[in-house]
Amino acid sequence: MAVIDYKANYTNVWEVDDNFYQYVEDTCKTLYIESLKDLPPDVRRALERAHEREELESGKEILSTLIKTVSTADDQKLLICQDTGIPVYFLKIGSQVRFDGIRLQQAIKKGTERATLEHPLRSSIVNTLTRKNHGTSTGNQVPVLHYEFVEGNEIEILIVPKGSGSENMSYLKMLTPAAGIEGIKKYVLECVFESGANPCPPTIVGIGLGGTADKCAALAKKAAAREVGSPNPDPDVRKLEEELYILINKMGLGAQGLGGSTTALAVHIEAADTHMTCNPVAVNMMCWPARRMRATFKSNQEPIISY
Amino acid sequence: MAHYRLKAPLSDEDILRLHAGDTVTLDGIIFGIRDANLIRLFDKKVELPADLIPQLKGSIGIHTAPGVRKLHDGTYEKISIGTTTSYRMDRFTKGLLKDYGMKVIIGKGGLLEDGSQALVDFKGCYFTIIGGSAALETTQVEAIEDVWWEDLMPEAIWKFRVKDFGPLIVSIDAHGGNKYKDVKKVAKDNLDKLLESLN
Ligand code: SF4
Repeated sequence: MAVIDYKANYTNVWEVDDNFYQYVEDTCKTLYIESLKDLPPDVRRALERAHEREELESGKEILSTLIKTVSTADDQKLLICQDTGIPVYFLKIGSQVRFDGIRLQQAIKKGTERATLEHPLRSSIVNTLTRKNHGTSTGNQVPVLHYEFVEGNEIEILIVPKGSGSENMSYLKMLTPAAGIEGIKKYVLECVFESGANPCPPTIVGIGLGGTADKCAALAKKAAAREVGSPNPDPDVRKLEEELYILINKMGLGAQGLGGSTTALAVHIEAADTHMTCNPVAVNMMCWPARRMRATFKSNQEPIISY
Repeated sequence: MAHYRLKAPLSDEDILRLHAGDTVTLDGIIFGIRDANLIRLFDKKVELPADLIPQLKGSIGIHTAPGVRKLHDGTYEKISIGTTTSYRMDRFTKGLLKDYGMKVIIGKGGLLEDGSQALVDFKGCYFTIIGGSAALETTQVEAIEDVWWEDLMPEAIWKFRVKDFGPLIVSIDAHGGNKYKDVKKVAKDNLDKLLESLN
């Protein structure tokens, strides 16, 4: 949170009108559907690169099947994976935008439901106790929303439909300060080994460091949702990302956990400071179809869609 | 490593020919099964619909819940059909093979110890289909021929007709061969060395 240097500036305030919420609803419908069909270019490049580098013949074949899947989805406008996931949205809210947060949340939920009913998409969201499927991809506290406040007069909405195969392979451990950085590395390696073939590798390994247990888990998800290979600006964190990327791929689990050197497409870390007695580490993996799509809303304009 | 083209119903001989590492292409019928319908069958002890039971002898199952569109005549059109992680359904493997004569389970991620042992005991195989590759697999599904227990939607039991379905990898066979185990064994050695180097 870099708020220390922030000087409030209200010269460019955008007070949204009623149309905005309708835009958000329509856009979230589009984002959900299109994110399931159109893989971001950085993920495509990472798969191509992995395919070129993989030396194990069977691993290379699996990677070429993944690439073929992406092009089949492009050509025939199909969903890359049948698991439409848990819809997760990351919002960046400009300091000069004035809006009703409850209506914004409602619009996001409505857009998600409309995508599910109108496309139609498989709804994967159930009541945790009764296991009843709502048929809408939404429910109590779903979609999952994360908020961040930034300077400026834009609102950005990023959807990350999070597949369950990879979500079920999530980990959190409160290490001791004495475990140090080596302890963090060991724990992450053990998690990736443990997850094996289940998260549909090659994955983006998202790691959260520090904070409280809940903050740490949220950071891991944020890290997993980053563009492939986008380095963390903190040089210490970046160094750890690079080291772990090499270590993980030395393990030999490979694509789909069937061997080879392509276990992770990238390792991303997000770090927060923590209590002097704490050393929390969380791992959240993104399966190879690392789906995401973004809409940026500016004053009285159609949103700009990007990845 | 051989490649086979198979079509259900499969016999013990068909299964015993297969070895971990072989590849397979399928034609014909496969049945979609997963958490909710297997929990109902084996944990809640609700017997399967009578017309389905004889069809499962020698059959091929796939761990899946497809994306579909229901048409006016009550039939279903495919939207997206792929596979899900198998370990969650591991403990139902034995029952499917022993009680209903299923021969092959298709999924991703592999089975645990009990499920793998059931394949040896009751002559079955586990085929890996590439997880996340539903776009490709959907094009290989010709029709959704039937559905049972629709109230569990989308976790109903599905009957798909497929053509050129694959690539499939025989990852766990009826002889105790297990590709996942082989890879994990190597990975464990590598992991131990890496952990050692971090000390
Ligand atoms: S883990 Fe990801 S790629 Fe694998 S089945 Fe689930 S959503 Fe699809």
